[in-house]
Amino acid sequence: MSRIGIVTEQSPEARVAATPATVKQLTALGHEVVVEAGAGAGSAFLDEAYRDAGARVATAAEALTSDVVLKVNAPTGAEIAQLTPGSTLIGLLAPAFKPELLEALAARGVTALAMDAVPRISRAQSMDVLSSMANISGYRAVVEAAHEFGRFFTGQVTAAGKVPPAKVLVAGAGVAGLAAIGAASSLGAIVRATDPRPEVADQVKSIGGEYLKVEVEVEQSTDGYAKATSEAYDRRAADIYSEQARDVDIIITTALIPGRPAPKLITAADVASMKSGSVIVDMAAGQGGNVAGSVAGERIVTPNGVVILGYTDLASRLPTQASQLYGTNVVNLVKLLTPAKDGELVLDFDDIVQRSVTVTRDGQVTWPPPPVQVSAAPAAATSAPPAAAPEPKKPMSPVKRVVLVAIGIAALFAVNAIAPPPLPQHFTVLVLAIVVGFYVIGKVAHALHTPLMSVTNAISGIIVVGAMVQITSEVPAVQVLAAVAVLLASINIFGGFAVTRRMLSMFARGTAPAGAASTRVPSTPASATGTAAANVKTGAERA
Amino acid sequence: MPEAVALLTPVSIAGAAYIVAALLFIMSLAGLSRHDTAKAGVNYGIAGMAIALVATVWATFAGVWGSPQASVGFGLLVVAVLVGAAIGLWRARLVAMTGMPELIALLHSFVGLAAVLVGWNGALEETGMTGALLDIHHAEVFIGVFIGAVTFTGSIVAFLKLSARMSSAPLMLPGKNVLNLGALVAFVALTVWYVIDPALWLLVVVTTLALLLGWHLVASIGGGDMPVVISMLNSYSGWAAAAAGFLLNNDLLIVTGALVGSSGAYLSYIMCKAMNRSFISVIAGGFGIAAPASSGEVEGEVREILAEDAAELLRDASTVIITPGYGMAVAQAQYPVAELTSRLREHGVEVRFGIHPVAGRLPGHMNVLLAEAKVPYDIVEEMDEINDDFADTTVVLVIGANDTVNPAAAEDPGSPIAGMPVLRVWEASNVIVFKRSMSAGYAGVANPLFYRDNAQMLFGDAKQRVEDILRAI
Repeated sequence: MSRIGIVTEQSPEARVAATPATVKQLTALGHEVVVEAGAGAGSAFLDEAYRDAGARVATAAEALTSDVVLKVNAPTGAEIAQLTPGSTLIGLLAPAFKPELLEALAARGVTALAMDAVPRISRAQSMDVLSSMANISGYRAVVEAAHEFGRFFTGQVTAAGKVPPAKVLVAGAGVAGLAAIGAASSLGAIVRATDPRPEVADQVKSIGGEYLKVEVEVEQSTDGYAKATSEAYDRRAADIYSEQARDVDIIITTALIPGRPAPKLITAADVASMKSGSVIVDMAAGQGGNVAGSVAGERIVTPNGVVILGYTDLASRLPTQASQLYGTNVVNLVKLLTPAKDGELVLDFDDIVQRSVTVTRDGQVTWPPPPVQVSAAPAAATSAPPAAAPEPKKPMSPVKRVVLVAIGIAALFAVNAIAPPPLPQHFTVLVLAIVVGFYVIGKVAHALHTPLMSVTNAISGIIVVGAMVQITSEVPAVQVLAAVAVLLASINIFGGFAVTRRMLSMFARGTAPAGAASTRVPSTPASATGTAAANVKTGAERA
Repeated sequence: MPEAVALLTPVSIAGAAYIVAALLFIMSLAGLSRHDTAKAGVNYGIAGMAIALVATVWATFAGVWGSPQASVGFGLLVVAVLVGAAIGLWRARLVAMTGMPELIALLHSFVGLAAVLVGWNGALEETGMTGALLDIHHAEVFIGVFIGAVTFTGSIVAFLKLSARMSSAPLMLPGKNVLNLGALVAFVALTVWYVIDPALWLLVVVTTLALLLGWHLVASIGGGDMPVVISMLNSYSGWAAAAAGFLLNNDLLIVTGALVGSSGAYLSYIMCKAMNRSFISVIAGGFGIAAPASSGEVEGEVREILAEDAAELLRDASTVIITPGYGMAVAQAQYPVAELTSRLREHGVEVRFGIHPVAGRLPGHMNVLLAEAKVPYDIVEEMDEINDDFADTTVVLVIGANDTVNPAAAEDPGSPIAGMPVLRVWEASNVIVFKRSMSAGYAGVANPLFYRDNAQMLFGDAKQRVEDILRAI
């Protein structure tokens, strides 16, 4: 059984790597959990709550020396020095940007798992911290913008005059961008969004935004992120941003390219063209920024009165929520690492997810992992190859059909032409009855197929007529057999009709108008009136 | 015909009554096409049957009244009808709606057996026919017995499979198609032989052959294809009656048999379209052979949802569509589902049902189950009516359905069920799938729906889970 330690994050980080709810799940996996006193204070989780969830509240030293240490941010040098060699550290390690951190962890002999290195494959979605944090950040970005913005988001007509709705531009419709679009549009703003991947248009629309399309070809990268794009595209996109900057009140930029500085989307000239009082939230400020003049972690006011927010801790500004989602992501990873639920952490390097998150092991830096091919990302690709797939059954060619029909008719003709007297009449009757049957049944509602079947069942009991005719035979054996046939067919007739009536009496309209009451069965009015009150709307629509 | 001169003979009256009865049967089937006329339709059917029976009894006994065999026959008739009626009414009253498929299959077998007996009687009795007519009579006996016997054993097997007295997995004999075809060829050969030399042992042989064929046809069909099988057997039972009509020179039997036969065939056709199978191969019993080719492994993560969270989701939803499948019937979950529906509607949530044509083990089975649980039928919609509404739906509950909601059918042309029309549940904002485990559906095809971002799984017995949700609401 390994001990999991939850450490208090360095200020100003308010998040914590486990909540009381996730502690419960961790203990269910067979682990012992130790929480540093006050670790959850920033996220409004009290020590009591952790204790109630089954954790032991202890000192920082004890938590840091556990077999598995859960953190949010990367450890400081001092923290690394306290880690036990051979232990496992899980946190946001930004391996691509902090090679020296990986060296330090490797030198300490710590197995480090980077939550932000979870591959973007559908199986690993429940551990995808980047998505869950981006979601929170996108929401918080809108809240921050609303806080700075001096007006309503929603348009109103009041006694004191008309208020136009705010216009919001969201650059990049990834997880963060979509969250921002959703939050802004539910506040009532007019939201527009840009993204180099045209397939996100539907997602943007579905949460209330308008997608601004940049009419240039793009490639899809294999890792699910948008690729750095061509020059023509950039020119056209720049034009769009310039147009929008003059028009909108709020800009939220979320454009990130993994392993590279953030693309510059909004130029100094664009910022200068914005109305005074406008707000820009640059969510990429930490990676160099999408907006000219944004400073990581700072609030800047330009000479023309535009506020540029470069906060890099947006997720941390919603600490309770962020801790909850981060904690759940961590639990899902620990679940994957504890397949036997016996509290033993097992690292399987053949598993693509486990291989990807492991950045140091046995004193070695194991970053970067071999590339992962994403199955989920290329939405466009899956719809492309169907041409090669097995062809659907071909409908019968018209010639073949005509020939078959002709053969059928000829056969019928031949039989009737040759057959002696009673047969042709019988065939006439048979053919007409078949045709009538097809036309009558063709109109039957699907819902009534079972009653239809039981009625036809009862009707096919008509075979009783045949047996009745034979029951007066002089041959005793025939009489007995006929009697048995009569008995069987009678079961069919009586049973079939009775069960059909029983079934039909159960079909009740929920919202029958008063006029239709006569068709209702006497045995069901209680239920019918009961549900009638429940939903008058559908009744009105249907009537 | 000389007796045509005499007006109002029992035979002519019976003939007139038969025309009336045939008309009433047609009106009966026509009435069943709509909910508001369905009950009247059944009454037409009952009236038609009563007229036909009274006319037959009178025409049969009027000529021979007083003779000893007539008295015996009448006694037998009355007893047989009374016993049959008692059994029929008793079963009809007791049967659970989830047991409808079994009952209907069993009833089909009775028609089949009755047709066999009528055919045998036709052979045992002296007809006084000669020449070509006698040959035709012999052929008719054979055809009637053959169809009747196939229907009989086929229905018995369907009954056994449906009532889980027999494994519902398809029987896979080597060369099954050859066996079926061989049986048909042997039947034709035996018919010719019998026409030439009407020996009784040939009749025994053909009866046995047909019994075996019927058994094999349905035994090689899996449980999920039962809606098609049942409607196909329905059709066969009609043809058996029609064949008896030819045998006995009785137009009423021909008309009625043809009505039932074509209606059953039409239903099978609808079912086949809904399952994307070839109609011809079904009629020939050669289907269900598409050995479940495991399609491309679906990669992804399944997300689980708890009943409480599902309840919350439902309470906050504006529109909910429930798509039930056979699993709902198995779990007997229709009552809690109905309760859930009415509770949600009281909360102002718009709840509807989307029924796939082949959901359940009988065409229209789900509708009957929901009606039994007092779900109003005007919120129960067919696939075509509801399929475009999924995109505007907040929550879809998939209860015991799998293949009928499989997006692979619509999106993956390499899938074994590609092209089968399905309920497009995945277009909804949230999909909650009630499932006992992660196993594949009847068709053995993996369901990518479970791995979709908007889908969540609620594992466990459907009935218990729905009750959990009810408690949480």
